[in-house]
Amino acid sequence: MAFQAMVRNHGQDARATPKGGSMRQRKILDQDEINRALRRIAHEIVERNKGIADLVLIGIRTGGEGFARRLAALLSEMEAVPAPVGFMDITLYRDDIFHQKTHPVVHATNIDFKVEGKTVVLVDDVLFTGRTVRAALDAVIDLGRPRRIQLAVLIDRGHRELPIRADFVGRNIPTGRADLVEVKVGQDGDDSVILQEGE
Amino acid sequence: MESALKIKSLLDLEGLDREGITHILDTAVSMKQINERVIKKVPTLKGRTQINLFFEPSTRTRTSFEIAGKRLSADVINFSPSSSSLTKGETTLDTVDNLQAMSPDIIVVRHKSAGAAEMITRHLAARGAPVPVINAGDGAHAHPTQALLDLFSVRDRLGRVEGLNVTIVGDIANSRVARSNIIGFTTMGANVTVCGPPPLIPAQVEKMGVRVSHHLDEAVADADVVMMLRIQLERGAGGRFPSLREYAIRYGLNARRAERLKPGALIMHPGPINRGVEISPEVADGERSIILYQVEVGVAVRMALLYLLCGGGDEITA
Repeated sequence: MAFQAMVRNHGQDARATPKGGSMRQRKILDQDEINRALRRIAHEIVERNKGIADLVLIGIRTGGEGFARRLAALLSEMEAVPAPVGFMDITLYRDDIFHQKTHPVVHATNIDFKVEGKTVVLVDDVLFTGRTVRAALDAVIDLGRPRRIQLAVLIDRGHRELPIRADFVGRNIPTGRADLVEVKVGQDGDDSVILQEGE
Repeated sequence: MESALKIKSLLDLEGLDREGITHILDTAVSMKQINERVIKKVPTLKGRTQINLFFEPSTRTRTSFEIAGKRLSADVINFSPSSSSLTKGETTLDTVDNLQAMSPDIIVVRHKSAGAAEMITRHLAARGAPVPVINAGDGAHAHPTQALLDLFSVRDRLGRVEGLNVTIVGDIANSRVARSNIIGFTTMGANVTVCGPPPLIPAQVEKMGVRVSHHLDEAVADADVVMMLRIQLERGAGGRFPSLREYAIRYGLNARRAERLKPGALIMHPGPINRGVEISPEVADGERSIILYQVEVGVAVRMALLYLLCGGGDEITA
């Protein structure tokens, strides 16, 4: 299935969304830069783990899906063995469900492998406050006891609220707290990362 | 995604459109996955208190709500009159006031009187404590969570609800399950037929958009789903036909009738079943029967409702 480019509002409350008109936006990564970052991350994952035996990828829905699929394809190609990839919805593990004006939609989790004893690489597009990753760690551990969990993100935009860091980072980008980072990683070749400045 | 569910309490299915029902069923798909894991628990409702207020006896529904709340990490308290001051003469609303003083985040109500859940909801709102209420069955009025789990079961097994022929057989007049299912299935675009002896079919039920039949073989000939209802002797159904034996012969689903159903047709029953009355044992246990599957998915559907209605913002949107 060809999946669509995905846009996500990274943990930002809908009420904090900048109003149209008063914001500027610029492309901070283009297609080639994203491809290079993905390839570098794939190489780093192989190097750090000495291959991809017993390694599985879990993309965090919805922003990490496209990125996880692409990484899995690159890893499978490099190592000539399939890299299992699954997708996880972490809505029910979030700590801000009741702080939002609206209840987030719960999406399906599709993981058809065991995480027990595996190296799990969590994959997301943007690392911001760290709260999504905190929720994802709890969600993974409820599926079993992995040997270790690593984190790969395309963009680290700072503003951490928890002691969490990524193992593999595509690009560090300084942002304002109210900015929005939109990552589009699909398979139709118009990938981009856009930074919208907030007020 | 657009707003899908704009109710604060679930008292009946009348307040829900197709989009709202679909949103609940979609959320239940994700909840069902949790029930299939080794660790069947998520932290979503940690620190929230759910009171199951059951004025009328129930095993299946109360247990289902209790498991649903616990799998979402809510603190679940079961309150039933046999173990309470209701036997000492306290009124329903006094009981509600006392429970409300303990700050619950959601209340699940089962009551023998139609309209009880709505009365309690209004009472709480008037007290300035608009706690969300889920109706777990009120008299012969409504049993919305049963209808939602029936819709979930059919959609999951047959892939759709729209356009299906659904026949509901039995004590339609006394059945809150029938009433909620008629609303639910017609809202979702199914063709609903009700079947039973004339005294058990309510007058003007056609106005709810259903076809009426008094002959079981004719009523189920084209059915994709056959839903058998229990004869509710406790609501006086026994006085409306000559004998249970005659009822079983004319309106019971036996093996001979089950064999003549369309290939792939589902046989459902909200339970508890009266073996040998409305359904014969070999049909209840047969391969077309999804009676136990209904119970299984009931937990997921109730988890979805607790998640969507408990706590949070001003309204629920998707």
